[in-house]
Amino acid sequence: MKIVAVTSCPTGIAHTYMAAEALEQAARNHGHEIKVETQGAAGAEAVADADIAGADAVVFAADVEVRNRERFAGKPLVQTSVKRAINDADGLIAEAEAAARSGAGAGGVMAGAAAEARESVAMETAARPETKVDQGAGLGTRLRQWLMTGVSYMIPFVAAGGILIALAFLIGGPEVANKVNGGTFEGTEYQAVEDMSKLIVQAGYAGLLFKIGAVAFSMLVPILAGFIAYAMGDRPALVAGIVGGLIAVEISAGFLGGLIAGLLAGAVVIAIKQVKVPRGMAGIMPVVVIPLVSTFVVGALMLVVIGQPIAALQSGLTDWLQGLGGSNAILLGILLGLMMAFDMGGPVNKVAYAFGLAALASGNLKIMAAVMAAGMTPPLGLALATVVRKSLFTRAERQAGEAAWLLGASFITEGAIPFAAADPLRVIPALMVGSAVTGALVMGFGDESRAPHGGIWVVGLITKPFLWVLAILIGMVVTAAGVIILKSTGKKETEIEPAASREATAAS
Amino acid sequence: MADLITPDLVDLDLSATERGEATRSLAERLQRAGRVTDLEQFLADVRAREAQMPTGLEGGIGIPHCRSVAVVEPTLGFGRSAQGIDWGAADGPAHLIFLIAAPEGGGAEHMGILASLARRLIHASFKESLMQAPDPEAVVTLVKKEVLGQ
Repeated sequence: MKIVAVTSCPTGIAHTYMAAEALEQAARNHGHEIKVETQGAAGAEAVADADIAGADAVVFAADVEVRNRERFAGKPLVQTSVKRAINDADGLIAEAEAAARSGAGAGGVMAGAAAEARESVAMETAARPETKVDQGAGLGTRLRQWLMTGVSYMIPFVAAGGILIALAFLIGGPEVANKVNGGTFEGTEYQAVEDMSKLIVQAGYAGLLFKIGAVAFSMLVPILAGFIAYAMGDRPALVAGIVGGLIAVEISAGFLGGLIAGLLAGAVVIAIKQVKVPRGMAGIMPVVVIPLVSTFVVGALMLVVIGQPIAALQSGLTDWLQGLGGSNAILLGILLGLMMAFDMGGPVNKVAYAFGLAALASGNLKIMAAVMAAGMTPPLGLALATVVRKSLFTRAERQAGEAAWLLGASFITEGAIPFAAADPLRVIPALMVGSAVTGALVMGFGDESRAPHGGIWVVGLITKPFLWVLAILIGMVVTAAGVIILKSTGKKETEIEPAASREATAAS
Repeated sequence: MADLITPDLVDLDLSATERGEATRSLAERLQRAGRVTDLEQFLADVRAREAQMPTGLEGGIGIPHCRSVAVVEPTLGFGRSAQGIDWGAADGPAHLIFLIAAPEGGGAEHMGILASLARRLIHASFKESLMQAPDPEAVVTLVKKEVLGQ
């Protein structure tokens, strides 16, 4: 049997080569031919295309993304960690034999067997974020894989930050947000904590939780943007992505701005890599030239080209909402719902929320009740959808779904971002419909909220609380139904689970 | 290019009982030999790599390593511990410790030497010989022969 393998590890000086040696030994002992490509610091000697073409199975022993994996498309694949290849090369060769055997049969059988082999590996590496980008796939699939990479790195931030904030509300009451950031809650004016050494004195331990959660949340968009860029352009793209994401936060462009920043950074880096440079310069390209140029280009585009229109959009929307203020309450509820769910913390959402805050300050408590309810349904609806139709979501998304219950209940709309960022065109419309329904219902019921945040934990400050909760539950079900319908239609089965899809393409 | 390993980079009787301590005592040898400029920076880089995933491997070896700006030349520090030091491998403590120091941005030639060193670590005969080596000179001779073919 003929095997080709790729080994790679984070530092690229030890495990990469040890794994290669171990695989070569084990393959020889089993009477197989093997060619190993070591993607390490000493530079990779690429395996010849002819060797790949003639190979019966491919082994990836890699802790970082395998470069140029499209060359191996269509081959039975066993994928594992680099350490496993060192410790158990014999077992791995046996798996490669199994993969090659079932690969010789019908394609479907192969996908199953390889998925099983991969599953045992997944046990070891389950905690690692997904970075699977199948270079051979079409642009649509690759786009989704880029987004998923960014999302999988972002989810821990959403979970950690969101749950800390929710706990802060639970322990310290919803006014904890104002104790930390300043502002008025229930008629009490709070000073923002300026000096962090006084954080606990001024805001208590709940304030400490809130602050930590808020800092983790401030990294959502930069991490999303950074790792989208990373998936596209590898390590040199990380800085442009993260800086672009930070600027997206700065210009209030929200996570959609972050998506743009990440994709832009990745594209710029890919473009720079096309430029042929003299040998002497090649060494400094990934550490100096690419980060420098791409960060400048992305930063300038974000600040100059994206920043202005967003500011204009926000002031336009604000004026428009104010003009509408007196007219039809239900229509206003629908509009606010649509806006809350459109970008979850982005510019449009912020306008709707600020409109609610302004109304609250001027004594109109109805609008805040609608805004809050409409901001709760996106995470709740998605959490419900991940429970009802597990198969439509990746493992990372299902994990995000578990945290989304608490985040939604706490009016932390950001809990929906991982889903929306991974599949914006299907998820966002569903969220908007669900929130619009809830917004209209709350306005129709005439609920009033004296609290500007806190979600279910401030239900005591909301009039007609049962109707308010009912409106949220209805919106949640509508959201979940919408997500399930949109995700089920117009999507090939293979797109749903990137991991499984790769095995399936490998088999075909 | 300086030698990958010299007798003063070998400690056949590591007294340390703990990973960090063992790494530090080997790293100090590297510093004394002028291979590492900033000891703390270097140790921080090694720790950062170790934190990603312990570098202990089955068969009683630990390979703390990093690429660091504090490293001057590709260098191997070698320690042997009779009682063994837990290096995070599933099957027990490490008896052979290879501290691999690579300069940040080292050229392909530098990295190639470390690559061939890493490859030798897989071989049972190499490990066995190192276990039996009577003195530091023997270790150096062995590494040179196996890794560099000298």
